[in-house]
Amino acid sequence: MKNFLFNLGLLILIAIVLWAWVMLPWQGVIGLAVVFALWMALTRSGRRAASVASVGISTLRQRIGSSAVIVIGIAGVVGVLVALLAMGEGYAETLRKTGSADTAIVMRGSSAAEVMSVLDHDSVTLIPQAAGIAKDSKGQPIASPELVVAANLPLKGSNPDDEGSVQLRGVGDQAWAVRPNVKVIEGRNFQPGMRELIVGKGAAKQFDGLVPGHTVKLGNQQWTVVGVFSSGDAMDSEVWGDANVVADTYRRGSSRASVTVRLADPTSYNKFKAELEGNPQLKVDVNTTIDYFSKQSEGMTKVIKVVGIAVGLIMAIGAMFGALNTMFAAVAARAREIATLRAIGFRGLPVVVAVMLETMLLALIGGLLGGLLAWLIFNGYSASTLAAGTVGKLSFELRVSPALLWTGLKWALAIGFIGGIFPAIRAARLPVTTALREL
Amino acid sequence: MKYLHLIWAALFRRKTRTLLTLVSIIAAFLLFGMLDAVRTSFNQAGQSANGAQRLQTGSKLSFIQTLPQSLESQIAQVPGVKMVTYANWFGGAYQDPHNQVFSFAVEPNYIDLYPEIEVSAAERKAFDDTRTGILVGEKLAKRFNWKVGDKIPLQSTIFPDRQGSKNWTFDIVGILHSKDKKSGGFFDQMLLLHWKYFDETTPFNRGTVGWYVTRVSDVNQADRVAKAIDAISANSDHETRTQTEQAATANWMKQLADIGLIVGSIMGAVFFTLLLLSGNTMMQAVRERTSELAVLKTIGFSNHAVLAIVLAESVLLLLLGGVIGLGLASLIIPIVSAGSGGMLNLPSVGAGSWILGLVLMIAIGLLVGVLPAMRAMRLNIVDALAGR
Repeated sequence: MKNFLFNLGLLILIAIVLWAWVMLPWQGVIGLAVVFALWMALTRSGRRAASVASVGISTLRQRIGSSAVIVIGIAGVVGVLVALLAMGEGYAETLRKTGSADTAIVMRGSSAAEVMSVLDHDSVTLIPQAAGIAKDSKGQPIASPELVVAANLPLKGSNPDDEGSVQLRGVGDQAWAVRPNVKVIEGRNFQPGMRELIVGKGAAKQFDGLVPGHTVKLGNQQWTVVGVFSSGDAMDSEVWGDANVVADTYRRGSSRASVTVRLADPTSYNKFKAELEGNPQLKVDVNTTIDYFSKQSEGMTKVIKVVGIAVGLIMAIGAMFGALNTMFAAVAARAREIATLRAIGFRGLPVVVAVMLETMLLALIGGLLGGLLAWLIFNGYSASTLAAGTVGKLSFELRVSPALLWTGLKWALAIGFIGGIFPAIRAARLPVTTALREL
Repeated sequence: MKYLHLIWAALFRRKTRTLLTLVSIIAAFLLFGMLDAVRTSFNQAGQSANGAQRLQTGSKLSFIQTLPQSLESQIAQVPGVKMVTYANWFGGAYQDPHNQVFSFAVEPNYIDLYPEIEVSAAERKAFDDTRTGILVGEKLAKRFNWKVGDKIPLQSTIFPDRQGSKNWTFDIVGILHSKDKKSGGFFDQMLLLHWKYFDETTPFNRGTVGWYVTRVSDVNQADRVAKAIDAISANSDHETRTQTEQAATANWMKQLADIGLIVGSIMGAVFFTLLLLSGNTMMQAVRERTSELAVLKTIGFSNHAVLAIVLAESVLLLLLGGVIGLGLASLIIPIVSAGSGGMLNLPSVGAGSWILGLVLMIAIGLLVGVLPAMRAMRLNIVDALAGR
């Protein structure tokens, strides 16, 4: 009964510690480490714990095989977790960067995405007249009516019959004023009125034949690729052409999908939105582009995050039991030594601290190794998917951010904590006489 | 077989260690079961016999481009075509524009081309007779608590009606059941409305259709029929592209994500760790049993028999953990699918995954066991008994 209550109490304690650990910001962790180091250096029991721990750690080299189980096991968990989360992060980041707080996008009411929206000619001429839009040097409002459609193009590295979908944007001059980050990096810009395309560098990587000078077929028409542009965001996965010519090819007449405007300043957004949405001639939704693109990435990011954490959890359980196994064996091998220490007057605490410290150290090495591997292999690794809200392949780069590495380290230490605490407590609670008699 | 008892006893000589190792193996194979199920479902999407018989014809320009309705009669005349129907993407959403529903505006004979879908005769008739009637998938109905007879509002994220409102109202007249409960996830989730009602209500469609679906009478003729269909509109302003449903789905899935690569790399990391972990356990097990193994040899077990016993022990360890893990995966997957209320639709662990899993268990077991087993085989009786 007493034993049962003790174990129950231990489990509750572990749950509380884990919960607190998840909540703890990095300043807290550093504070904790400092307090712990001070305790070890300055107090009597701390120094005892330190000396016991140093004995255990100095023998680690002899147990390199079984210690490697902890390190590699935890490195695996952290590596996979960080890589999966980096995928979500990279995806969300690419879309987030596409938007900004000082540009707004106007679409027909309750359209979930640009490609579903249709604005007729009257709306397209009305929208730029609203107040709050920035003016260019000639006094014209900076507003870019754009058409968004999909085009089928052959994918790179697969048989010619396999076609993928790319988002094709028909734009005018103002598109460059609205998005100053878009630059032509190779070839030249398309000429208005011609069947010419410029391609994003992400799209050029995904699809076959998107090289300046080549022609591609859209339906039964030949289009010439004349340049490559780079924007560093989701636009990189698009192909741009002259809005009028694209509209002609896709039989869209004078309608457009959206109007993106540069706001005079972010504070004029509310006025702009209220004016457009209050205009009875228009049925439109107005969003800042940062809102619009963040919302697009929401669902997918959540899915990747849930998958990453689920996979990480299952792997963590495996690694945790591996760590338990190793530490139980380590404690059993040193049972006599530990019992001797206790026989000559060491209390239980230094023993617990020593075993825990050893496990956490191995876990830390594992976490660092896993994070480093994930960073080396996956940072900047490009992936692609059919993004929600667009009709083309969106390519993005995995992003292993310091925050993610930190998350990985926290996981590693949590696994080490659980993997160490049970063996530590067993070592401290084993009756001295039994332990001495063993072997 | 007669040594099973001996192997079993050796395996559970140290209960804690074996159990801890088993949990790690279970976790690894649980993950394997779930991920492999996802991978196979991606690979198998559209790979049914019915999928091979159906052709999809869409605009060559892009999948969002529509085609004239007049093509239907021309496609129907292509030799080898048994039946043809068409559909439009409606882009429906319930209550919130982000709550999207797979909704198609279809010609009434659409269901005839999909023998995988079951609708009762009465409900089918009700659908044919009701202009605003819709058929909804079983799981979709469950997700939103819809019943036959309900009048539901549905937003279209693409099409407004003539008054410019995008709120459409429909009457649920029947429920779609998918014949094959295991792989038919998609049919349970869709919503079918009348193309005619759709076309008459929205001013934007003007008699166009999104894509045609054709059923061919002979699968081997599918390629020829597809070419013949595309030839009808060659060099027109609405060129088409016809693929079997299989090819179209596979292409779609490939664009969505390279699931094979992701699953492969995760499992690579997991199994590498597992190799090390169970290898360590087996190494410890043999090391502490040195004297027992020497006794076995003394009483006449040959070197090879000892090798086989240790190998069998490690394979048994892996099989035990692996089978429990895969079993758990097949138990958990339906619970997760049910718990998500039709949002997530994971397939169950198929025979293919089981076979692959078993092969992996045996392979890892042998790989892990080989070092300790060699050590046991080479054991010198005198040294081992003397503890040298």
